[in-house]
Amino acid sequence: MSEEKTITIEVDGQPLETKAGALLIDVTDAAGINIPRFCYHDKLSIAASCRMCLVEVAKVPKPIPACATQVMDGMVVQTRSPMALAAQKATMEFLLINHPLDCPVCDQGGECELQDVAMGYGSDVTRFVEGKRVIPENNIGPLIATDMTRCIHCTRCVRFGDEVAGMREMGATGRGEHMTIGTFVAHNINSELSGNVIDLCPVGALTSKPFQYRARAWELTRHTGVAPHDSVGSNIQIHTRRGEVMRVHPHSNDAINEVWLSDRDRFSYEGIKSEERLTQPLIKKDGEWVETSWEEALETAASGLREIASADADQIGTLVSPTATLEEIALAQKITEGLGSPNIDYRLRQEDFRGNSRAVPWLGQSIASLEDVDSALLIGSNIRKDQPLLAHRVRKAALKGAKIQLVNPLQLDLHFDAAQMVSDPAGMVRNLAAIAEAAGGSHHLTEQIEVTDEHKAVAEGLKCSKSTVILLGNIAQSHPDFTILYGLASVIAKAADAFVGVIPMAANSVGAAVVGAIPNKGLNAHAMLENPRKGYLLLGIEPGLDINNPALARAAMSGAETVVAITAYRSPCLEETASVMLPMAAFGETSGSFVNAEGRWQSFSGTTGPAGESRPGWKILRVLGNLMDISGFDYSSSEEILDELRGAHGGELQVASLGAAKGKIRSAVTGLARIGETPIYAADALVRRAASLQETEEARDAAVARVNPSVAADAGLLDGEKVAVVQGEGRAEMVLKVDANIPDGCVWVPAAVPGSESLGDQFGELSLEKV
Amino acid sequence: MANEVIFKNRDLDNLWDIEQYRSRGGYEILTRILTEKTPPAEIIDGMKTSGLRGRGGAGFPTGLKWSFINRSAPGDKYLVCNSDEGEPGTFKDRDILRYNPHALVEGMLIASYVIDAHRAYNYIRGEFWEPYERFQNAIDQARAAGFVGKNILGSGFDCELNVHLGGGAYVCGEETALLESIEGKKGQPRYKPPFPAHVGLYGCPTVINNTETLASVPTILREGAERFRDIGVENSGGSKLFSISGHVKNPGVFELPMGTPFSELFELAGGMRDGSKIKAVIPGGSSSPVIPGEIMMDLTMDYDAIAKAGSMLGSGAVIVMDESTCMVKVLDRMGYFYHEESCGQCTPCREGTGWLYRIVHRIENGQGRPEDIDLLMDVQNRIRGKTICALGDAAAMPVAGMLRYYQDEFQYHIDHKKCMAGTGA
Ligand SMILES: Cc1cc2nc3c(=O)[nH]c(=O)nc-3n(C[C@H](O)[C@H](O)[C@H](O)COP(=O)(O)O)c2cc1C
Ligand code: SF4
Ligand code: SF4
Ligand code: FES
Repeated sequence: MSEEKTITIEVDGQPLETKAGALLIDVTDAAGINIPRFCYHDKLSIAASCRMCLVEVAKVPKPIPACATQVMDGMVVQTRSPMALAAQKATMEFLLINHPLDCPVCDQGGECELQDVAMGYGSDVTRFVEGKRVIPENNIGPLIATDMTRCIHCTRCVRFGDEVAGMREMGATGRGEHMTIGTFVAHNINSELSGNVIDLCPVGALTSKPFQYRARAWELTRHTGVAPHDSVGSNIQIHTRRGEVMRVHPHSNDAINEVWLSDRDRFSYEGIKSEERLTQPLIKKDGEWVETSWEEALETAASGLREIASADADQIGTLVSPTATLEEIALAQKITEGLGSPNIDYRLRQEDFRGNSRAVPWLGQSIASLEDVDSALLIGSNIRKDQPLLAHRVRKAALKGAKIQLVNPLQLDLHFDAAQMVSDPAGMVRNLAAIAEAAGGSHHLTEQIEVTDEHKAVAEGLKCSKSTVILLGNIAQSHPDFTILYGLASVIAKAADAFVGVIPMAANSVGAAVVGAIPNKGLNAHAMLENPRKGYLLLGIEPGLDINNPALARAAMSGAETVVAITAYRSPCLEETASVMLPMAAFGETSGSFVNAEGRWQSFSGTTGPAGESRPGWKILRVLGNLMDISGFDYSSSEEILDELRGAHGGELQVASLGAAKGKIRSAVTGLARIGETPIYAADALVRRAASLQETEEARDAAVARVNPSVAADAGLLDGEKVAVVQGEGRAEMVLKVDANIPDGCVWVPAAVPGSESLGDQFGELSLEKV
Repeated sequence: MANEVIFKNRDLDNLWDIEQYRSRGGYEILTRILTEKTPPAEIIDGMKTSGLRGRGGAGFPTGLKWSFINRSAPGDKYLVCNSDEGEPGTFKDRDILRYNPHALVEGMLIASYVIDAHRAYNYIRGEFWEPYERFQNAIDQARAAGFVGKNILGSGFDCELNVHLGGGAYVCGEETALLESIEGKKGQPRYKPPFPAHVGLYGCPTVINNTETLASVPTILREGAERFRDIGVENSGGSKLFSISGHVKNPGVFELPMGTPFSELFELAGGMRDGSKIKAVIPGGSSSPVIPGEIMMDLTMDYDAIAKAGSMLGSGAVIVMDESTCMVKVLDRMGYFYHEESCGQCTPCREGTGWLYRIVHRIENGQGRPEDIDLLMDVQNRIRGKTICALGDAAAMPVAGMLRYYQDEFQYHIDHKKCMAGTGA
């Protein structure tokens, strides 16, 4: 192919070797020759409309755009000839005539592409004496501030919506100078990737609303970091000023997040400064929470746990958040082991542990390779909300023609073409079993299923492709039959020559498993609560919100003698259950490491000091370990811990079976079945306190109960009505939404939202009552 | 008239009726081509010989355009007819649709056969309701007669004809904006390359031709390419429809051989309105630079002659102005049109057309500044050759044209805050 041929072109007198067919602007960029541009972006389609990149090419009578010109052998280009410069200056003048030039009050000031280019190509005086264009403002939601009078119509934001976010949210209306970029019919921007338009917009037309007027670009110090929410481990830049996190930007890494960042990872930093931040150690004295010194708090914690352990070490249970760092989890594990207890777990949202394996659940392949699959089966996954940038990879595969199929307990609003098989939770198991059967696999559920054409079609789609991946998502992992689902997925994989992986839920789920926060002979997260322990060590956990069965967790912990909570937040359910609260550094305040979905270890440093009296988690655990006289707690830095961990666990991740159960289908219910998804902006303690994210439609619509029209009719309930969701002893009042995406026999009642703390398993039987 | 091609049979009462059209040999050539399976290359050669150049304005040789389509490429190909006719001063395609729609139907079918398109669209200007109904009726009649649809005349060749009504944007007459519009998108020109011959409608190879171009095809092929060529002059084969308007007594559409002296066309249009004298002529639609009347009187109506005089034959829309006309006001009006009709995607046209308009509008309203003439020249120059489509050039060129011959009127306006000519403020 000619595309592969190496050719030589000449740019400004300099010979450049390159591939035939490459874009001129990419070739000059690689050679360090700067051609000004606005509309061009290497992750978006070519618009060639701003006309800033016009250059002179020998034998072409007119200047042509470098961003839309493919190089040809022997091409002679001049980027700064009189013709090129005249064209570039002409464009610059045209861009500025209607621009408000309000740089002093514009948040983009100092990092504005228009400002930068104008320094090189603009003129000091304007020849434009007419009135300037003014565009009335629109509110497009809590995350993005608009000032469309500054817009230079580059359409990057429009193309982003179309091509990357998969939602046509921004568009151009009107012609000529009346052309306005905005949201259609002035609605809010709702994509979970919307914040990327802030980076893409070359001017101050789209800026961060939470960051509005907070700081100037040149006052900020930039620190690289790792995003704290999903298992992608997006690389980020944390921008601080005088010890305060001011904003978060993506840091490009083509293997992980490319140049993108999900809104959750971008805006959650606001949670750092929540009023609920715990800034002082607290102990419960006679039922009252009182502030205390670190010494007393630590001593109380250490002696409380030690006493229980010395009587019966098995009475200690440790629950660690998969959002905690590798170093913190490892020390918690070491303490637990040092106390003699085998009970530690990070799988807080998992209910079904019948697989009984210590294998590490992970993606099993690289994140980037997801976009090259030609068939995928997603089981129990709302991938778009749970892992926005993994969904982006899957979307890319789908756009290239991959067949994407899903087995879920609700119909999803996806941004790619996919076949969705929707049923109640028990039906998911049967559907999967039928697909396995249709694919030619065998299993123990044959008697309980009926294979339909639909199942055969799914099996066929998986079998007749070259690279197939089967992934189990958040819903699957919280499903009462997770291990059966996993087992069936393995059967299908074998029959279809596919590959099974788990999409880890949190930023450090894989890391927690790698360093051993999975019990060997001890109790798992569920068993530790079902069989209440006398002492609990909680690392970064809010018992009412972070655990599959919050009612069970709260009951177990309330009855315990000592509950030591190492936590960044003081939350009502900790006040209820804990005996000591040790204030821990939050996102951005501590050094540490995460292992992402593909098994990549990524470390970061603290960027600001911890709030108030709080301390990095690893330091708190180090002192606790020392106070309990457990050996091996003499680390002087988190790097030392990391080095030790690398030595012990740093090898390549292997794909190993998580263990498949052959038990009965536990998700079958006689009444209504709960679908207890964890909404995107409720996933963990930090994001739950990120004010702007909580104001999004997505978050505001989350704390409701959803049923389809026929379930609503059967129960005599109306959309918008208040209902009581009753699950076991628990009862939560919520607004009812009628939503055709929910299958028959089910009620979507989210976990981790206010009101859900008293409910039981994320997937279990419940009933609805009028209030 | 012997030299007419499109309106040759205008003596017939209902030429738009298929029976009338067929009574003078209509659909004969299509029938012959399909039954004899004439090799497409032969037809293309004929079109090249005829010297037919695109009548939409750019004058691109039609045979050459058709030859760019790779017939053997896999996938669909499309033929698109451009009946958007939005250029101020142009109203010839409307009359083809109204009075000789079958010539267009037959021409579209032949062109589709040549490029192996099985679906052809005619994009008709949204305001053309009556022409649209005539044309749609012609398709229906042709279908009933077996010329449209599957296996036409048993030849094995399938071709569907569809009509798409535009929404009233001038820019949608630009061929790639037109394609976007058919695809249901905002009508914005595409950056070229790739050209429509490679990536056109729905990403498929596409030929776009003007209504007049395609309506000429049956007669050219039936009566012989040489005959057509010889009607016209060197470089401008055949006859051409001229839409003449302005201060003439008898405005209208006239079909004349290429190379006819302007004075003859002027005569046919009845000369100037009573008592007025010719001042200036815009020879090829609003985007072609103006030419003073006395120069125009010595020119012939063909591509080369008009180009030599510094303007363009364009779509053959001739606007005649008398001495009462204020050139500042004319440019003000045209500037308003282009700045309203720019699609807005590329910077020089979006921003520059509005700037040009505002400067001229200020001058017209007695608020001109001494530096405005230089500024106008400079701004139009900064638009030219730097935009995605030719609308930018179309907006810029008349400015330079006006200043070339009528700078004194602009200067007078600036100096005296009023008009030199008889009318205008
Ligand atoms: C702004 C603009 C408007 C145009 N409008 C028309 C039109 O109304 N009708 C037309 O036939 N061509 C129009 N054209 C020219 C078309 O782009 C194209 O060149 C033509 O349809 C090709 O047909 P032809 O080769 O038969 O001339 C326009 C071009 C531009 C730049
Ligand atoms: S809002 Fe920004 S990104 Fe969008 S078109 Fe305008 S300048 Fe470009
Ligand atoms: S020149 Fe004008 S009409 Fe043509 S693409 Fe550019 S902005 Fe649109
Ligand atoms: S960057 Fe090339 S035209 Fe905009």
